[in-house]
Amino acid sequence: MSDGAMQLTAAAMRDQVVRGERTSRSFVDAAFAASDAADPGGGALNIFLGTDRARTRADADAVGAGGGGALAGVPVALKDNLATLHLPTTCGSRILEGYVSPFEATAVRRLREAGAVTVGKTNMDEFAMGSSTEFSAYGPTRNPLAATRVPGGSSGGSAAAVAAGIVPIALGSETGGSVRQPAAFCGVVGIKPTYGRVSRYGLVAYASSLDHVGVFGRTVDDAALGLQVIAGSDPRDATSIDVPVPDYRSAAGSSMAGVVVGRPREYFPESLDPRIRDACDATLDALRSAGAEVRDVSLPHTDLAIPAYYVIAPAEASSNLARFDGVRYGRRAPGDGLRGMYEATRSRGFGAEVLRRILLGTYVLSAGYYDAYYRKAMEVRRLIAGDFHAVFASGVDVLLTPTTPTPAFAIGAVSDPYEMYLSDIFTVTANLAGVPAMSVPVGTVDGLPIGAQVIAPHFGEHRMLGVAYAIERTRQTRDAT
Amino acid sequence: MAVSEDDVRHVAGLARVSLEPERVRMLATELNGILSHMEVLAAVDTSGIDLHARDDDDGMPLREDAGPQLPLARSRSAFAPESRDGFFLVPRLATHEDAAEGA
Amino acid sequence: MTTYADRWELVVGLEVHVQLKTRTKIFCPCPTDFGAPPNANTCPVCLALPGALPVLNAHAVQLAVTAALALGCTVHRTSVFARKNYFYPDLPKGYQISQFDQPIATAGELAIGDDAEGTRRVIGITRAHMEEDAGKSVHDRFAERSAIDLNRAGTPLVEIVSEPDLRTPAEAREYCVRMKEILEYTEVSDANMEEGSLRVDANVSVRPIGATTLGTKTEIKNMNSFSGVERAIAVEYERQCRLIEEGGTVVQQTLLWDANKQEVRPARSKEGSHDYRYFPDPDLPPLVLDGAFVQASRDALPELPAARRARLQETFGLSAYDAGVLTASRALADYFEGVATAHGDGRLAANWVMGEVLAYLNNAGLAIAECSVTPQSLASLLGLVRDGTVSNSAAKRIFAVMIQDGGAAAEIAEREGLVQVRDDDALAAWVDEIWNAHPDETARLIAGEKKLLGVLVGAVMKRSGGRADPRRVNQLLAERSRR
Repeated sequence: MSDGAMQLTAAAMRDQVVRGERTSRSFVDAAFAASDAADPGGGALNIFLGTDRARTRADADAVGAGGGGALAGVPVALKDNLATLHLPTTCGSRILEGYVSPFEATAVRRLREAGAVTVGKTNMDEFAMGSSTEFSAYGPTRNPLAATRVPGGSSGGSAAAVAAGIVPIALGSETGGSVRQPAAFCGVVGIKPTYGRVSRYGLVAYASSLDHVGVFGRTVDDAALGLQVIAGSDPRDATSIDVPVPDYRSAAGSSMAGVVVGRPREYFPESLDPRIRDACDATLDALRSAGAEVRDVSLPHTDLAIPAYYVIAPAEASSNLARFDGVRYGRRAPGDGLRGMYEATRSRGFGAEVLRRILLGTYVLSAGYYDAYYRKAMEVRRLIAGDFHAVFASGVDVLLTPTTPTPAFAIGAVSDPYEMYLSDIFTVTANLAGVPAMSVPVGTVDGLPIGAQVIAPHFGEHRMLGVAYAIERTRQTRDAT
Repeated sequence: MAVSEDDVRHVAGLARVSLEPERVRMLATELNGILSHMEVLAAVDTSGIDLHARDDDDGMPLREDAGPQLPLARSRSAFAPESRDGFFLVPRLATHEDAAEGA
Repeated sequence: MTTYADRWELVVGLEVHVQLKTRTKIFCPCPTDFGAPPNANTCPVCLALPGALPVLNAHAVQLAVTAALALGCTVHRTSVFARKNYFYPDLPKGYQISQFDQPIATAGELAIGDDAEGTRRVIGITRAHMEEDAGKSVHDRFAERSAIDLNRAGTPLVEIVSEPDLRTPAEAREYCVRMKEILEYTEVSDANMEEGSLRVDANVSVRPIGATTLGTKTEIKNMNSFSGVERAIAVEYERQCRLIEEGGTVVQQTLLWDANKQEVRPARSKEGSHDYRYFPDPDLPPLVLDGAFVQASRDALPELPAARRARLQETFGLSAYDAGVLTASRALADYFEGVATAHGDGRLAANWVMGEVLAYLNNAGLAIAECSVTPQSLASLLGLVRDGTVSNSAAKRIFAVMIQDGGAAAEIAEREGLVQVRDDDALAAWVDEIWNAHPDETARLIAGEKKLLGVLVGAVMKRSGGRADPRRVNQLLAERSRR
């Protein structure tokens, strides 16, 4: 941040590159400087798992002035579960140590084709299973705003890269809140788009029906621009949906007059930290002042979301992670015969939390338990989706909730698996329903950032961003006065 | 529906994971702890839910029966743990395991 | 001693795995060609690389629907692909994508025994579902190592499951033969058991004659010919009968057919290891087929073998046996019909196609599609036979030339001097010559030894170089003997 480069939005960087006022190389060097300043030696915060500065500089040099895509010359960071052609894609796991994908994720290709320059692959909970980025085989990432705290997870490295001023845009992935929760913990913007809005091709699967590629931005505009570039249907992903992509950045400056914002009571329980409640209510007040109507609403099946999620996600994971068998790629561990090889490879290659979820998922799918757990959870998932459908059908445009029940917790503070799962309590519903949701910074508690979550109906990203831009605007106004 | 240590071993076998005995005990406790939170699902009335009913009635998109083959940016032997003459190699298995576990 | 058949009824259901004739795999655009170097036909999807996703091949769906409709199944508007989870090195994802509780089609039937001497029986078809094939494991190529080739992984299959309606090994065999015919007629598959594009598993049980409940079944795999299916079921039937009569019980298990030893042996299988943990594949939304697509597929079905056999018998006056031979493949039936329609005499066409044409193709190891003589050319040749221009034996020589060098029948007949001589003056000269040269034979003929007429006709034919019209020569010699 030595020369103020990182105070620029991604759009401003891109415009300067295109106009020839600055080079992509200068932005990339500024990103490296910011990284070195925030994370000396790469070990303090442990943001990046893979970097190749020479290659990044060469990529930047290849971006010339004039012409140029929507992200021409803009440095970006990518979560390490997105397949990239030159840097390894390890998913934070030993089992993929050193694995370099021979193909590229669609979202990564779209960023590259828009002129973005990748500065590195970011740390994550192993296979995206976690909410703190403590469960990486390569050590935890620390929160750039408070180094004793977690950055959230599982996309903690990407959130930290944005929060540390290294890049204006980073990609993450979400299965139960893994973009929004670290965005809230790190004081940045995080979007989980509608299921099917962004191709999952090249996103290493955790739980396919819940997985999304998501975007972090330093500002709402950065995140909107990132989403703009990666959104759209993909013939390689049968779950991507062919709906036109609107101009998301045109949502900036949207009037809040007449916008109906729902305040779902289940997301504001008695037990909620009053400071988080107050920050969200202050945000609602600001929106009301801007012309929005705030309405109390109910999503009655919300408390079933975590139990349903922790049946469905591990079940799918147990199947998705079967391909890591040491036969075709990845680290093989020697064992006695084929069976011994499988067991050694998988037992040594996967960390404790991944093994726990594989076993849980195998159990809930196994003979005799399928109906009681998996089928039931899928049915409950319909009820949760039905809650959103009903509330949006009643005339509510967006919902506003806290993103997380607490600010960033201390590294090592949460040891019970289920207690860790509860940090997704407000975010996991949107994954189950497939609706878009995002986290926007709305203040601090004990000096730690907190976020408000805006949830919209399927393919309602434009309206969602309009509200997010308005929240950002009103905070700037309040901060200025 | 408590998870026994036998259940853990059975599931670990299905998942091709080997566990030390003390890990089996620990995991049984952990899985029971997690699953106890799932019991709430059983009480939910889902009798009106038809999992086969869907909103998007068009179903899945299909692809044309045509190439080209999706490219690999590096050779298979570059990422294979063990390969020879184009094959991936694994520890030898008896020929009749083939059909036994195959489809 | 009575036979087992007096006491035990055989009950068989078949699972037929059919490789669909697509250019590319079911979930990725890799070619389905045979013979590529190991793993050359693989990509991120069929190697199950991290992050790759399946996308269903539209033509595979079309072929599965065609097969289902040809078997009289109900094709469902919505079907679902599930994951069948198990570890095996030739199964790259650790699961097979296969339709499970919502298959593409159910409730069809296949008739057997409606040929020459059979009694028609309708065998129920429970379901047809789409799935992907696994790769291949090669165990004998390297020491201490099995070698994995994933070229076949992801080849589209439809699995057709019959009701346990088959009662004899011969019925099971015929079911397979009829199935193969239908799959070939509809161009769904090459349906070649030897090449593995048609694979059959048999579920076999026995029960006391008159019983209505089913006995414990075993599943036989690894039969790679129709006769292997028949033989393996017969062997397993006897094994189960003997076992029960000796006081044992049949254990549900998978057996492998060993064609060399003509025996079944248990496949190594761990007890309780078959917990496949099926669940709907979240990477693939349901397959939805609208009514118009299904109707269009039904309208596009070709005439099926049974209908064709009936029509050929009706139209051309063929025997059931001949109709059966001529409809063994759609191409052969098309060929025959081409000849018969152009020529007009179906029986002569049938004799020729079943005789000369098939004999030639068998000797040369060719398929009917590779026959160099077109149906029209053959019909012209038969026209020459019918109007007496050439003799039947000359026609066979002409056919041989047509096969070798091509050309029109009439021209070859001219060029080779094979046009029959029917001019009485010329014939009389040859008859005189032979008559005079064989005084003994002619005397005995006149004395009433009628069989010598044939000898003399043969001599005249030989003298004429095969060109004389044998019927007229016969008449002329007969007249001469009565003078």
